[in-house]
Amino acid sequence: MADPKSPGERKRAETKGAESFAAHQIFINPKGNMKQYEIIDHTADIGLRAYGKDLKQLFINVARGMFDILAELKNVQAKDKAEIKLEAPNIEELFLSWLRELLYQYNSRGIIFKEFLIDKLSDNSISASAGGEKVDLKRHRLKTEIKAVTYHQLKVQKVKGVWQGEVIFDV
Amino acid sequence: MKKDLWQGPLEKIDDYRWRIPKRYNPGMRVPGIIYADENLLKDIRTDRAPEQVANVAHLPGIVKYSLAMPDIHWGYGFCIGGVAATDVEADGVISPGGVGFDINCGVRLVRTNLSEKDIKPKLRDLVYALFNNVPAGVGSKGEIRISSQEEKKLLVKGAKWAVEKGYGRSEDLEYTEEHGAIEGADPQVVSARAYERGQKQPGTLGSGNHFLEIQVIDQIYDNQAAAVFNLHQGQITLMIHSGSRGFGYQICDDYAKGMVRTLGKFGITVPDRQLACAPVKSPEGKAYLGAMRCAANYAWCNRQVLMELARRVFEKFLKLSPKDLGMDLIYDVAHNIAKIEKYKIDGEEKLLCVHRKGATRAFAPGHPELPEKYKSIGQPVIIPGDMGRNSYLLVGTEKAAETFYSTCHGSGRVMSRSAAIRHLKGRSIARELEQKGIYVCSAGRQTLAEEAPEAYKNVNDVVNVVHEAGISRRVCRMRPLGVVKG
Repeated sequence: MADPKSPGERKRAETKGAESFAAHQIFINPKGNMKQYEIIDHTADIGLRAYGKDLKQLFINVARGMFDILAELKNVQAKDKAEIKLEAPNIEELFLSWLRELLYQYNSRGIIFKEFLIDKLSDNSISASAGGEKVDLKRHRLKTEIKAVTYHQLKVQKVKGVWQGEVIFDV
Repeated sequence: MKKDLWQGPLEKIDDYRWRIPKRYNPGMRVPGIIYADENLLKDIRTDRAPEQVANVAHLPGIVKYSLAMPDIHWGYGFCIGGVAATDVEADGVISPGGVGFDINCGVRLVRTNLSEKDIKPKLRDLVYALFNNVPAGVGSKGEIRISSQEEKKLLVKGAKWAVEKGYGRSEDLEYTEEHGAIEGADPQVVSARAYERGQKQPGTLGSGNHFLEIQVIDQIYDNQAAAVFNLHQGQITLMIHSGSRGFGYQICDDYAKGMVRTLGKFGITVPDRQLACAPVKSPEGKAYLGAMRCAANYAWCNRQVLMELARRVFEKFLKLSPKDLGMDLIYDVAHNIAKIEKYKIDGEEKLLCVHRKGATRAFAPGHPELPEKYKSIGQPVIIPGDMGRNSYLLVGTEKAAETFYSTCHGSGRVMSRSAAIRHLKGRSIARELEQKGIYVCSAGRQTLAEEAPEAYKNVNDVVNVVHEAGISRRVCRMRPLGVVKG
């Protein structure tokens, strides 16, 4: 059993109030005004709405949004890769399966993903690769634990020419 | 941000019961009943939780009503605080969404021989000693590593597996719901992914609302019951809130996905895919039940290990023997689970599948499943509050037959996590709590704001409703002194 931490270490372990809580910011694309994703309020859990000019971009943006909830991405490099091939009965289930698979890879292999390349995407299948880095707590900060991706209010639709996808995570 | 109020009908039955009539939605098979007072009802209307009570009333085989406890809040599929029983023999269904991802999330309460003055001067260091020795936080891994073969044994034996490995004493099992191992766990129906995720996490607290808390009893309501529990005013207690970790999440994930795809086969339509379900007696229903029970046993094992790790810290830190410390388990309850239980419905004995999602079983005095010592007073019900207010110990009552012997499970959120973060910007929750004499240590930097007292309903109001409605009875109230958060 370790002894209690020294006062200096205590300080680091202690939570510093609300100072770092602007965590879930809306990302504005430097070239345009379209948001990549935003957080939607849900009493017990966290919702995410992602946008894309096409389905590929929507899938990339929602994955980025999920990893932004999970961890701080600035010190994460794209060193480790995962190949992802999935099939599903429809686009909404595929959207969910994509997030579920990435979350599984994060939980089992400990990789924080930040770059996504989609090779093929249809309503029923996806073939993609994701790049990221194994969690190193000296350099990476984990934010929120996502227990799972839920079906509740799951939506993928085109609104005024822009693809939108909504999902709620159990946290 | 102003939220839209839920506009559906809530008919007053009495001061603590409100009905959503069947006519609200043509698909409802039974009415909904929400346990609340007028004050709590205002909060309840601010999100979609009442709609979810009505949605659950659509489930095939549902008996009598779709219930919600006063700590009700918006979940996914079921609301949190939801109770629904289905008739097993009448094609009643089981729904993974009616249990939740954190299968057998639950709470245990441990007594001590200590009083507040014994630990007050050392409290801060004791909290840090607990924080350093009980794995907590996002993706935390424990000291226990197991092979798949060993994991299979754990999934069947539950808390007993932990006791056999030296974590705790055999009498702990007597005071755990289902003796810490529900029968019918089937390791054959557990996916490779669930096995993989379960191997590193026995004996880990997790994050979010999970905690380990040092408390002091600040009020006794029922002296007789308190005496049976060997509890008195001013006494230190320890409370542990955790669940089945990644293992349970994976089981729910696997089976919710499977059941979404078999809805058509059974001719079932549900208003929300997260309510996907299958008849309890179907191969799909049986498989989920077998896997869910594995996760339930995993969770009981987890809380057993966590308790023993905490006991060791107390022993070493306070230099007291286990006998002098007197850290006996009062009880351990599940609050996310589905159970097959027998009830008399309109004079006829029926086998029901009772889903409790954010609700606690609360058996009345005399129930055969209660430990001998508690037969005269009823099942202990442990209600954790937020980290700044109170927690409670209650007991079950005969009146709770109307709720399939179920009651509330906590305080219930009123503010979303991101709203809490916005609302508390610039404030230090750790410092504010410290000013109230509560030491908090958290692994996650955001956790404290997300879990701030203001993000929750007042547990005192919630418990008042279940006590006044008669579905459980107050025994004593605790106040937090030290909290370890994930």
